[in-house]
Amino acid sequence: MSGAMVSDRRVGDGELHLAPRHPFDVERVRQDFPILQEQIHGHPLVYLDNAATAQKPQAVIEAVLRFYRRENSNIHRGVHHLSGQASAAFEAVRAKVAHFINARAPHEVIFTRGTTDAINLVAQSYGRRFLRTGDEVLITGMEHHSNIVPWQLLCEQTGAVLRAAPLTQSGELDLDQFSRLLNDRTRFLALVHLSNALGTINPIKQITSWARERNIPVLVDAAQSVPHLPVDVQDLGCDFLAFSGHKLYGPTGIGVLYGREALLELMPPYQGGGGMIETVTIERSTWAPLPAKFEAGTPMIAQAIGLGAALDYVNGIGRESIARWEQQLLEHAAELLNDIPGCRIIGTAPEKAGVMSFVLQDVHPHDIGTILDAEGIAIRAGHHCAQPLMRHFGVAATARASFGLYNTKAEVDALAAGLKTVSRMFA
Amino acid sequence: MGTLASLYQDLILDHNRTPRNYRQIENANRKAEGHNPLCGDKLTVWLRMDGDVIEDAAFQGSGCAISRASASLMTVAVKGKRKAEAEKLFEQFRRMITGTLEPDQEPSLGKLAAFAGVAEYPVRVKCAGLSWHALRAALDRPEAVVSTE
Repeated sequence: MSGAMVSDRRVGDGELHLAPRHPFDVERVRQDFPILQEQIHGHPLVYLDNAATAQKPQAVIEAVLRFYRRENSNIHRGVHHLSGQASAAFEAVRAKVAHFINARAPHEVIFTRGTTDAINLVAQSYGRRFLRTGDEVLITGMEHHSNIVPWQLLCEQTGAVLRAAPLTQSGELDLDQFSRLLNDRTRFLALVHLSNALGTINPIKQITSWARERNIPVLVDAAQSVPHLPVDVQDLGCDFLAFSGHKLYGPTGIGVLYGREALLELMPPYQGGGGMIETVTIERSTWAPLPAKFEAGTPMIAQAIGLGAALDYVNGIGRESIARWEQQLLEHAAELLNDIPGCRIIGTAPEKAGVMSFVLQDVHPHDIGTILDAEGIAIRAGHHCAQPLMRHFGVAATARASFGLYNTKAEVDALAAGLKTVSRMFA
Repeated sequence: MGTLASLYQDLILDHNRTPRNYRQIENANRKAEGHNPLCGDKLTVWLRMDGDVIEDAAFQGSGCAISRASASLMTVAVKGKRKAEAEKLFEQFRRMITGTLEPDQEPSLGKLAAFAGVAEYPVRVKCAGLSWHALRAALDRPEAVVSTE
């Protein structure tokens, strides 16, 4: 590993929350990400699609490789040496995640396939057990489809009703209307912390305090916030929180559901299989205690090990440092894009992070994406799995640049220059 | 990957800027919608058939330059053609944009040859094909919705 910010420690040594050792140095950080050396169509890669997935530092790649080369084994099953080691490493990552989000205990951390899987788990396990005809589930108009569709499925199954809190023109929650939508029938509240399509940061603490007064459980979709902001589940006051490893510089296929213990205990299993039972007879089974109750089948062991390495990496740099740097990138991007004639930023909330969505005259975002790609610049073009939000802004799609800790101001300059090329071509 | 200029040819940019036959047909007897769920592109194709001859063809909708220009040039190309001829043209067009037919092997493609560059951009093949899928659906059934997925 070339970056000097993170020591090469093994997963599971229990050391957590490293203090940053150096001032933030983006050039040094870039050395940690092998893919940033790639050339795309003869240009250096400018990767601005971090909200879709982030690139992986060498430490993560090596942790996964090392696991498969030297440590691979199934967990919680064998009495042999490797199985014991793999089990310990896997559980150490759970403890690391718990510390990362300030959960009260490791067993409040359930490993899932990703954010989507985590939300479906809550909708199907909590939702089907506790929601009835006429109950209301409240979401917002800026949710990703993964925080809409699971609730639609639940509502179909239970007869509950899905409501969505409206947004303002700047892409913030309309808090007056939001508070009015909370009522005696509201039985669940699910909302995004940081919008993937707008970058808006929602006032989660204020909303959970309203929900607490009415005893409404709150799920926070933190897929986008965890890579950009310090996230503390106790401070936020949420009952559930979901995020994915791959947006946090970790592997795909691993995600986290945080759940408050008291609620997780009340919930039935989501899937049945090995690992989640205590005893099984043909007639009936009893469930393993938390967290195993929600982890049927062989979990994503190597991916969890990789996630652990990603958390070490991010902790080593410091989430406050990352947030500060990305804020500078975002401000720089806003300045440059505002200067491009016909460029309109979608989502102008004062509290924003990581994401810059925009449209350019009437050029379709896919054309913008193709033209930027020819210069090695990777952005997202489309509806960002947020079609209701696109309708709110009266656009079919937007172009989106989203930042990671390794992006530079020069890359933002390249984006702006590329957009000027687009304007010229479509003039 | 090809050059941008091979994808965004002047003819394509022109038809994107000012699409031809961008209207509804009042007395249409065929209509089909095409969706690309991946990008949210959506367009409607209207036809007026006289027997099996496409007397008029038009479209409306939103999409990228490639899908708009393709729809525009398609309506121009199929007007006056018999159903079987239009279907044959679609097959040639499909083969050209997926890279299995060189445009100079098939002179009947005419101006549609401008889309040959799409073959170098696999993710844009669906954009160029959207209106044609809708056309074929309209030719097959009076009312239809097709999706590229």
